[in-house]
Amino acid sequence: MAEIVSTSPAVALPSRLRWPRRLVPPLLVLAATVMALSVGRYPLPAGETLRFLAAAAGLADMAPERYALLHNLIVEIRLPRVLAAILVGASLSVSGASYQALFRNPLVSPGLLGVLAGASAGAALGILLGGNWLLVQASAFLTGLAAVGIGVGIAHLFGGGSLVMLILGGILSGALFTSLLSVVKYLADPYNQLPAIVYWLMGSLGQVNLNDMGWAALPMIGGIVLLCLLGRALDALAMGDEEAQALGIPVRAVRLTTIGAATLVSALTVSIAGMIGWIGLIVPHIARLLVGPGNARLLPAAASLGAAFLLFADGLARNLFATELPIGIVTELLGIPVFLIVLSRVRRGWAQ
Amino acid sequence: MIEARDVHFAYRGRPVLRGATLALASGELVCLLGANGAGKSTLLKTMLGLLKPQHGGVMADGRPLGQLARRQLARLVAYVPQVHAAPFPYTVRDVVLMGRLPATGMFRAPGAADQAAVAAALGHLGIGHLAGRPYTEVSGGERQLALIARALAQEARLLVMDEPLAGLDYGHQLRLLERLARLAAEGYGVLMTTHDPDQPLSSCDRVALLIDGRIAADGSPEQALTPDAIHSLYGVRVDLLRGADGRPLAFRPAERILA
Repeated sequence: MAEIVSTSPAVALPSRLRWPRRLVPPLLVLAATVMALSVGRYPLPAGETLRFLAAAAGLADMAPERYALLHNLIVEIRLPRVLAAILVGASLSVSGASYQALFRNPLVSPGLLGVLAGASAGAALGILLGGNWLLVQASAFLTGLAAVGIGVGIAHLFGGGSLVMLILGGILSGALFTSLLSVVKYLADPYNQLPAIVYWLMGSLGQVNLNDMGWAALPMIGGIVLLCLLGRALDALAMGDEEAQALGIPVRAVRLTTIGAATLVSALTVSIAGMIGWIGLIVPHIARLLVGPGNARLLPAAASLGAAFLLFADGLARNLFATELPIGIVTELLGIPVFLIVLSRVRRGWAQ
Repeated sequence: MIEARDVHFAYRGRPVLRGATLALASGELVCLLGANGAGKSTLLKTMLGLLKPQHGGVMADGRPLGQLARRQLARLVAYVPQVHAAPFPYTVRDVVLMGRLPATGMFRAPGAADQAAVAAALGHLGIGHLAGRPYTEVSGGERQLALIARALAQEARLLVMDEPLAGLDYGHQLRLLERLARLAAEGYGVLMTTHDPDQPLSSCDRVALLIDGRIAADGSPEQALTPDAIHSLYGVRVDLLRGADGRPLAFRPAERILA
């Protein structure tokens, strides 16, 4: 069977030909950003959006009324959402890719250690306690961190922090918060709170404003950059703890930093946009097809691709029907066929 | 030169090493033999600084391991693990390039000098043609060579290998042994564990036997590897076959092993 499936091209091509492939993800993000700023209930031609951006940068002239209209539309209405899609998509993809390296398993997603389960329970609790948007966000973020803290704590108390114990700790902590979520749902008022919880769990970028993005952007970008910087260390870790240690890598520090940064950015995505599944699992695979498995290249590529993917999914969520679809549903529906295609391409890379 | 002195190590109270002493200098190929569970890998790991002895210590170039930073130690001693499958299809070049981590540090991207070191290591082991192939797709013997090339790219003079021959076919085993002997002749120090007492007879400069957590014998293959030694190692009776010139050639099971 191995002979039939073609070699993953990034692996077979000489490095000279690999350059353009590395440029694909960032170019996709730019294209998707312009598209996302253009489409909507009041569609703009992409050229018009570009002209507005040029005018905003002082490079072109535009009639003042037209400029004011477009400013309102593009900057005030669409930009926060576009920025949120970029940061959330990049965060989830980078966390997923680093977890896949850290846990040496290509089927791992950012929720492995319980951050998503924790954040969901926290958000539901916030809705139950009054539903103030800020409270929901803060509660989601903090319980997300707490869930991973509990999982990692279990692993270190009972198993010396080995990989298997980390995974088991994450499963336990995830199960704990999933049942807490059920408790909150059971207690919630079925006419107002319960639908709010359910809708929130499906994910949406619609509630984001520039203010939210202001405080969330810095830690998210910081976490993404930190994970990208750990790329080479993660490559060594993927070969095994002892090998990495013998290559001079401080294994424990790298592992805890990776878990910390991935948890931080994932918890922030949930507090901004709710549960958005699948991205953290599939985008790293698409990125691996494009630039190969080396994490120093893979992580930045995954960040760009994740941003582009979520921009695209959000475009569908906003424009497919008259009312907006929850984006979590779109990423799942979009993710399944994409994952099937990816599966057929990467099967070889997983050979044991 | 790396030296384990009177190393004691216990896993959760179960003692494995009870005063093992073993040294590896450059220019020699040393084979470490021991029964399953005797603690061969444990001894190797203490010598690599991966496990801390509970008693006794390890010296690298005359300094206790504890005084060396990880990266410094990595430039003295390289670890060549048993052949394994990588979870991701890194190319052989990527894998060997990981050997440059101690030199560059984990944050700096490898430069032209690092690429040159990788090319040299690949060429040295005659696997330059595999550079672009995924590590997950080459044969077990080729993977082992890639891991050795990584150790060479690391520029450590001492190589510590955990069962490098396990899982390789007969031809690969013989070729790898010859490679290792050649590396020793070039000035590398190689310490390897093995389960086959015939291989050290012909290929190793020194043989060490790990019995009951101690090095029971350490010397030339002729001195250390006798039928009695095999009996105390594995509890089986064997005969030693000698060539016409009297040189030991191989062991052969005695007629009634289970006696």
